[in-house]
Amino acid sequence: MAEAAGEVPRVAGGPAGWISILIPAAIFVWLVQLVPAISLGEVILWAYDWVPSLDIRLSVILDGLSLTFALLISGIGALVTLYSAKYLGNHPEYPRFVLYLMAFMFGMLGLVLADNLIALFVFWEVTTISSYLLIGFNSDEAKSRRSALQALLVTGTGGLALLAGIIMLGNVAGSFELSVILSQGDMIRAHPLYVPIVILFLAGAFTKSAQFPFHFWLPNAMAAPTPVSAYLHSATMVKAGVFLMARMNPAIGGTDLWFWTLTIAGGFTAVFASILAMRQTDIKQVLAYTTLMALGTLTLFIGAGTSDAIKAMMLFLVVHSLYKAALFLMIGIVDHATGTREAEVLRGLGRKMPVTAVAAVVAAVSMAGIPPLVGFIGKEFLYKAGLELDQGMFWVTGAAFAASALMFAVAGIVALRPFFGKLAETPKPAHEGPVMMLTGPLVLAGLSLYFGLFPDTIEAWLVAPGTWAVYGDPTVSVDLYLFREVNAAFILSLVTFATGAVIYAIHRPLRNWLGRIFEANPIKFDPGWDRVLDGLKALAAWQTRHLQSGVLQRYLFTVFATLGVAVGLTIWARDALAFDLDLSSELDGLLFKHWAVLIFVAAGAILTALTSSRMTAIVCLGVVGIGVALIFIMFSAPDVAITQLLVETLVVVLVAVAMLKLPHLDLPGRRDKRPWHGVLSIGVGVVSSAVLIAVMQGDIDRRLTDYFEITSWPEAYGRNIVNVILVDFRALDTFGEIAVVVVAALAAYALLRGTHYKKPVAAKEDEA
Amino acid sequence: MELLISVMVGVMIATGTYLMLARNVLRFIFGLILISNAANLMIFVAGRLTPESPPLIPDGADVPPDIVANALPQALVLTAIVIGFGLFAFALTLVYRGYQSMGTLMSDEMRLAEPEEDRQ
Repeated sequence: MAEAAGEVPRVAGGPAGWISILIPAAIFVWLVQLVPAISLGEVILWAYDWVPSLDIRLSVILDGLSLTFALLISGIGALVTLYSAKYLGNHPEYPRFVLYLMAFMFGMLGLVLADNLIALFVFWEVTTISSYLLIGFNSDEAKSRRSALQALLVTGTGGLALLAGIIMLGNVAGSFELSVILSQGDMIRAHPLYVPIVILFLAGAFTKSAQFPFHFWLPNAMAAPTPVSAYLHSATMVKAGVFLMARMNPAIGGTDLWFWTLTIAGGFTAVFASILAMRQTDIKQVLAYTTLMALGTLTLFIGAGTSDAIKAMMLFLVVHSLYKAALFLMIGIVDHATGTREAEVLRGLGRKMPVTAVAAVVAAVSMAGIPPLVGFIGKEFLYKAGLELDQGMFWVTGAAFAASALMFAVAGIVALRPFFGKLAETPKPAHEGPVMMLTGPLVLAGLSLYFGLFPDTIEAWLVAPGTWAVYGDPTVSVDLYLFREVNAAFILSLVTFATGAVIYAIHRPLRNWLGRIFEANPIKFDPGWDRVLDGLKALAAWQTRHLQSGVLQRYLFTVFATLGVAVGLTIWARDALAFDLDLSSELDGLLFKHWAVLIFVAAGAILTALTSSRMTAIVCLGVVGIGVALIFIMFSAPDVAITQLLVETLVVVLVAVAMLKLPHLDLPGRRDKRPWHGVLSIGVGVVSSAVLIAVMQGDIDRRLTDYFEITSWPEAYGRNIVNVILVDFRALDTFGEIAVVVVAALAAYALLRGTHYKKPVAAKEDEA
Repeated sequence: MELLISVMVGVMIATGTYLMLARNVLRFIFGLILISNAANLMIFVAGRLTPESPPLIPDGADVPPDIVANALPQALVLTAIVIGFGLFAFALTLVYRGYQSMGTLMSDEMRLAEPEEDRQ
């Protein structure tokens, strides 16, 4: 076992150990004293404003459903931490493990107790992240890391869908408070956004609770240390999706969409997972698949939605948590003691490990649904609820029957075979587990028996208040009993035992046969997952390759094309350009000097673009710049013209100086010809002209100019309005402008300074 | 005149765009100069053309005469010219330094940060 490596001796895990045991135990005790109030139908609400501006409150709702979950989380949590203190107590990373486990428990408790949907989502994600850390606890194993990432991605994606659903639901209901939303079921179901809300919520719930087709991550998550599997994958995290569906049932349940989606997905998952469980030989994997089966059954009965179905669901929820946690902890002990979890290897351990055997057998008998364990009552009520359904009776009952019969056989595989018969050789000689590890399975198994013998207790404490919360009606009566009469459900139970016994008898040939079937099956979810991830990576690489070519020309082409198309389409769509241009008035009063400037500038620009001579280009740029300055002069902007002339002179001089050290524009014999660029450029030019003409056709807003004209002298004592604007009204802009020039000068200086020290050009030629 | 100047600005933008799309980064600089001149002219022309009446307040008067050129775009263009020059000067230095370091003016051959063999 990997966890055994590098042990550091600690008594009961040291401080991390007993703190982690005390916290859940204290929470459990505190919750237990609330049971009497809740069992009378009381709902405790408590709130604290968290982000008031966004209507996010840290509010708590304690009703039958959340109390049941919170008791399971803290109670099983305390037993699991007690177990872990021994199981992992000497592991060098044990305190880290405890931290993750506590974070997970905190998230899980917050999730079930939250009354605000946003807070619920935050806690939902806390469980996602902490379960990632827990599943990947053995981070030096590639398999652990892959499983952890898979669980994170699958449940995290579902979480995003859930968030979208929550926001939609919050907008529809006008509040994120569950206590408000749950009373508006009729309005929400009639809303046009109902269908997307249901789909998004179910995407979150199905990924978290591993319903088909998102089931594949859960068995892989067994890479986690066994206490984690017992905790996360029996009682808590995977039930978060079930919790969500149960919690939202009064608000969004009860429609045909809800009924059929949940019953089909749940029923299929339950049967499919039970069959897969038969295939496995690693007992921990077998248990993982039976967990899937239980989740499927819970989903199935939430979907069925009658008060009897909800009753059966709440009962089975508790039943399953008790026996499954016990069995997971049991296989951890067996693994610890014998060094293997293989069903084919483990035989006859009962004599060497009697206490473990007792716990395992009691839990397994509950799982098989044999009286007088509480599992029997759970199964009876599943059948009873299924048989009384108006629609989908055969499907729901059939799925429950098939899954239960297979469970019966699996119970034999995990608890009968390993402990009975002739003692077999194991990698380590078998010995009884330590007390700290035995406590959990014994307590849980004991509860399974106690609740079976005295069903009134679990009925009053948990099942009845839970049913009221999920069904949304506190008048439903709940009456659990072990045996009262021979009815259809009881007869079906007897048939289940018989079928299960037959399956157990032939389970080894069946396993081989199933193995061959699944080998031949082309649809494999787990390798499919790898293909999806590979595909995503390939898609990312592909689009990066095409969007991020690294070629400046292509980027600029995209930029200019976007500019031309976007602006051009806008002008066209808005019909911004009126084509009643008056050419005669345009030409009227045009003097020779105007013509000369226009022609010189246009010709200079065109020649710059076409020439391959550097000298011609510089001269043409100068002509264009001076032409622009002349336009400024002709149209009453002397200050601008002076600046333009100065700057233009500097530009020409600087380019000329730089070119002394730069090569020619084109390599000899290669002309610069780019027809497509030409087409795009002309397009951009036409669009620019069109924008300018459209602007000139509109009215001009002179309010700012008027203000400057009126106030320039009386307030700023300046007669040159342009100067007053620059140094007075908009002085901060001018300051910014100066800063830009200074930064440019400093940056240019820094660039040029570097050139004095080395001559990499020559070095490069040497290399070549 | 407005229409013709608009067309002329379009020509400057078109040639500037064509130059900026070139492989040679010196041509890119030429395009930059042309486009920044064209942009300045655009702002100026959009404020309407008023011949031979600069926005000045005569001595003794509190406000300018009835018809003077629009002062606001002139102030904007003045700022733009100087900033455009700053951009140009920095870009030119960058081109010069780039040539010193890499021995080429062709933008697709400047691959110091992303050498060709890194890309498949």
